[in-house]
Amino acid sequence: MDELLSILKENALESPDNIAKMLNISVDEVRKRIAEYEKRGIIKGYQALVNVDALNINRVTALIEVKVSPEREGGFNRIANRIGKFPEVQSIYLISGDFDLLLFVVGADLKEVAFFVSEKLATIEGVQATASHFMLKTYKHHGVLMEAQDEYERLKVTP
Amino acid sequence: MSTNDSKSRPDVIARHLVDVPRSGIRDFFEIVNSMQDVISLGIGEPDFDTPWHIREATIFAIERGATSYTSNLGLLKLRRAIADYVERTFALRYDAEQEILITVGVSEALDLAIRALCNPGDEIMYHEPCYVSYAPLIQFAHGIPVSVPTSSDHEFRVTRKALESRVTPKTKALLLNYPNNPTGAALTTKDAQDIADFVQENDLILITDEIYAELTYDRAHVSPASLPGMRERTIFLHGFSKAWAMTGFRAGYACAPPELTDAMMKIHQYTMLCAPSPSQEAALEALTDPEQDIADMKASYLKRRNFLLNSFREMGLSCFEPHGAFYAFPSIRDTGLSAQEFAMGLLDQEKVACVPGTAFGPSGEGFVRCSYATALDELKEAVQRMAAFLNRLK
Repeated sequence: MDELLSILKENALESPDNIAKMLNISVDEVRKRIAEYEKRGIIKGYQALVNVDALNINRVTALIEVKVSPEREGGFNRIANRIGKFPEVQSIYLISGDFDLLLFVVGADLKEVAFFVSEKLATIEGVQATASHFMLKTYKHHGVLMEAQDEYERLKVTP
Repeated sequence: MSTNDSKSRPDVIARHLVDVPRSGIRDFFEIVNSMQDVISLGIGEPDFDTPWHIREATIFAIERGATSYTSNLGLLKLRRAIADYVERTFALRYDAEQEILITVGVSEALDLAIRALCNPGDEIMYHEPCYVSYAPLIQFAHGIPVSVPTSSDHEFRVTRKALESRVTPKTKALLLNYPNNPTGAALTTKDAQDIADFVQENDLILITDEIYAELTYDRAHVSPASLPGMRERTIFLHGFSKAWAMTGFRAGYACAPPELTDAMMKIHQYTMLCAPSPSQEAALEALTDPEQDIADMKASYLKRRNFLLNSFREMGLSCFEPHGAFYAFPSIRDTGLSAQEFAMGLLDQEKVACVPGTAFGPSGEGFVRCSYATALDELKEAVQRMAAFLNRLK
């Protein structure tokens, strides 16, 4: 992967000035390349990595496996995009195995998500079966461990 | 025996030991350690954790019972893996059965190499600024340390001319460390050839400490040991501390022709017996997919190196481009301060620790060592504080 993208993937707030210094290129060049990535849809956006568990709000996330019948033209694409229109659905992946689609769905509470599954998702034509798994705790998200680990103490000056 | 007793009897401590000064870095460490909220660019080890698969494999090895002595030379399977790795990486083939000795870090290997060669009064040359242990180890072996200065004019690469000015009939060996701690200097192929010619013409043994070999940037590492005529007169030292971020495992090795390996082994078997077996297992795991482990860390060092160099440039601190290790060695001469004064001032006023170049030898005067094996966020804060310090000096 382009080093510029690795830097932004690690820290989207990194300043163009610092990135320029790290990559030995000009600040203008950094801005230009970021703009190009945005234009080409390679950078789709920038979001904060929020530790939701640490906030005292009502919110549950469910991982939902969905079995669907593929269509003659387009396979799973049309139905996946249709499911994706629901704002409750955070992510959708096509997966191998017993089920076809994997969904991450959020709601205020268990009831709300259950309602979404039974009333909206399961009733879509082509959806054959669903299996819901409610998430209880997030340990690691986007490569980041959520709980601070004790740092092993290192010497401050060594030869 | 308590300190008081030895004070009352000044002849208790061996004389050649008393003559060796304490490491300058030690005093500096005491001061830094007594302060709060210091950002340290003074750390000579990777800030990365050892890759998890290596730690996990070590834990598993201990569970399986890797807690006993190994052969004096070290585990044969590890020596075989090292032989392959060294051949692949350095174009040097050593026989795992009799030419490779696993040691407790390169530090021990270096001590063994020097003791194996040195008769009282023999001279051993080394270039400086250099790692803090070289001269003391030669003194411990009753040898005479002969330093060869290097300078920023030649990017701290040792020159043939400088070597020739210091060689005498008593010179037994040349001790080399490239990529270099503290300067970050790395050799060109021509430098390596010059050194090889010099060593052969003067019939010396070369001890080459290549612990930073994997960490070179825009310059391929060349081991002088791999040049024609050198293998038979070289002790090649390497280990896992730097490239794999495994400093605390203390896993290193020496490769040399059988006669030299035997001599080192004789000391090792009586003083150390063997390197710790869990660390040997860790080293073995480190060699399963070394290129991948190293690539990620190296990519990160490169970005930080560039960031630091460009930041120095911006604040008006001149620094030659270091092509290896994870150190930058900027010149602070324009400030009018000595290396010691600069480092103390920066620590005192801005709470940034970098090591005065003089801790690594007199040619380090006018320079400070800044390690970029430091998290990027800390580097960013450190350069801001350094710029503020420099501004006040103007």
